[in-house]
Amino acid sequence: MNKVMSNKKAIIIYVAPAFFLLLALIYIPIIQTGYFGMMKWTGIGVKEFIGFDNYAQLIKDTLFWKSAYHSFLLALFSTISLAGYLFISIILAGKVKGVDLLRKIYLIPMLLASVAIAQLWLKIYNPNNGILNKVLMALGVSDPPSWLADPKLALYAIIIPIIWQYAGFYILIYYAALKNIPEELIEAARIDGAKPWQIALQIKMPLIMNVIKVTIVLAVVGSLKYFDLIYVMTNGGPNGASEVMASYMYSKAFKEFDFGYASAIGFFLLVICLVVTYGIRKLTEADKEIY
Amino acid sequence: MLKKSHAVWLAVLLILTVALTGCSGSESAGSDGGNKKVIKFMHLWPAGSAKPQNMIVQDIIKQFEAKHKDVKVQVEILENEQYKNKMKVLSSSNELPDVGFTWAAGYMTPFVKGKLFAPLDDVLDGNLKNSFVKGTTEAYAIDNKTYGLPLELNIAPIYYNKAIFKKYNLQIPKTYSEFQQVVKTLRSNGVAPIALGNKDRWTGSLWYMYLADRIGGPDTLTNAINRKGTFEDKSLVAAADDVQKLVKEDAFIKGFNGLSNDEGKSEFYNGKAAMYLMGTWELPNLTTNEDVPKSFRDNTGFFKFPTVEGGKGNINSWVGGPGVGLFVSQNSKVKKESKEFVKFFVEKWGEQSVEKAGVIPATKVDTSKVELPKLYVDVLNELNHASNLTLFADVQMSASVAETHLNLIQSLFGQEVKPKAFAKGHEEALKKDTGK
Repeated sequence: MNKVMSNKKAIIIYVAPAFFLLLALIYIPIIQTGYFGMMKWTGIGVKEFIGFDNYAQLIKDTLFWKSAYHSFLLALFSTISLAGYLFISIILAGKVKGVDLLRKIYLIPMLLASVAIAQLWLKIYNPNNGILNKVLMALGVSDPPSWLADPKLALYAIIIPIIWQYAGFYILIYYAALKNIPEELIEAARIDGAKPWQIALQIKMPLIMNVIKVTIVLAVVGSLKYFDLIYVMTNGGPNGASEVMASYMYSKAFKEFDFGYASAIGFFLLVICLVVTYGIRKLTEADKEIY
Repeated sequence: MLKKSHAVWLAVLLILTVALTGCSGSESAGSDGGNKKVIKFMHLWPAGSAKPQNMIVQDIIKQFEAKHKDVKVQVEILENEQYKNKMKVLSSSNELPDVGFTWAAGYMTPFVKGKLFAPLDDVLDGNLKNSFVKGTTEAYAIDNKTYGLPLELNIAPIYYNKAIFKKYNLQIPKTYSEFQQVVKTLRSNGVAPIALGNKDRWTGSLWYMYLADRIGGPDTLTNAINRKGTFEDKSLVAAADDVQKLVKEDAFIKGFNGLSNDEGKSEFYNGKAAMYLMGTWELPNLTTNEDVPKSFRDNTGFFKFPTVEGGKGNINSWVGGPGVGLFVSQNSKVKKESKEFVKFFVEKWGEQSVEKAGVIPATKVDTSKVELPKLYVDVLNELNHASNLTLFADVQMSASVAETHLNLIQSLFGQEVKPKAFAKGHEEALKKDTGK
């Protein structure tokens, strides 16, 4: 093995396929997207170079910033919900009866395809014969809201299934991390008289801090570029009330055929994600010194 | 262990094998037609989801090939959305099929501007032009040249549930005030008057278009779109105002702005809502589709959108439009054969489509010669009396204006925008798009 690692040519041969694939499928298209963002282009026919006009327009586009605000809200709620997932995983990782079954129950949403989840929740939210409004009416609410049609509620009504959708994923990550903590440490703490909540907050949490950081980045970046449920459930409607950045980009590209502008949004979205990731890294790095 | 040089050679060999198999694959596809001329034809009626249409297409191709021994038609079939995406991809690499499907006006404009579609006026010259229903080929014309031959024609009547109307002793409304009375009676009896799924937005646009037509006459809206007029026209603002009044009267099912067309439609098919404004593509479901209970199918009728008192509109004016049409690629190597093929296709399609697939063709149908369910005959006869056909607004507009229009429709129905601001929003979008 050492012999192979010292041979530069061998290294190049082994690394090259993955490197070229990444280059061809990820990095070159990214640069291309930034470049298309400088074009006036319908997706068909001639591209016309217009410099940074698309980007300038984007900065002034109130609809874009509205959708960016929605993406931000989604990111905020996703991050807050991480605390809930962590809480559940701590319980699951403890020695509770029936944990195996519970773990599987939490995991099931993750196994469903996004479109299936969307269809499921569309049925739940149906204003006339959906289960949610049926229950509300049985409880005596005479005029339950039409969830996805109300511009004030639509976004929140979608955030709930999104949080539900990813519960299994994050619980699985936390569960695995918690299981990795050596039993002796917990044992020692217990002997020293630590209470269960002290063990959770002061021993388990710091020990899986790195995992928590990763999940925060995953949740925030995942939310910023989130698309699927929103596309199927409301298509960004009613009138943009649940539009997020990615769905706005989609409707610019594939409904209005403004590929130049959509490319600009796509590139800008990438920049936002990079900046946010960097920011979170920096913030959580500073926390390190506390522990 | 292998020697280093051997390893390199192995890698090269591997890459070459992959590359070569790739080449040979495409070669065999190319030589498929032997020495025949091959017309590549792409359509969107898979045997699974659109069986009758698919069968007719196969039959037409078989007849065409029998007539032209030297030509072979190579078919590729895709579902609607995939079809649209593939068109996009193929056109950017200049590899459109020789013959394919397109939609009218707004959709085809970029293809025509990009010089990808061939003008078909030479095909239309002679008898073919006259066999089309008036207003259908015009929807495929840009700058006085026709780039597509329409296959389908749809108009939008209001379907109604006869059983519900009978139960509450209601008559078919001829005027808008009678219509509002019907809505009121139904609502007071706890029946949802109108099924609507306005998440899809074009569904609500139909209501606005009809009101605009009945109040302002057949040309006001069309003129506003092509910039001979304006959306701030009094009658168009009045139409928007009437839409909001209808919503306030609780005429539509609950939560319509969050329901897709299919979800809204199911309220009508469940017998929970009494009326439903939709295109004639619903006719198969209401006549021959065995999945819909027979008792429901027998109890469905349709009426024309009522006239508005004091308005300029005629009750025989329809909102509608041609569905898909055929195009011939400008860069086709077999353009002459392709043009012959589309001509042949349109003629044969007109003879078979309504009887076999329930699709109303854009060519005129002689109702005495075909055997059809009554609802079809009624619609086809109405079509012969049509005084005007107004193309769906979102089809008339360019893609970005259509998006604005559809979003504004949704806010109008959701009471989020006042009729004046609704008009202004259209004006701004059109100004930005056309410069006028």
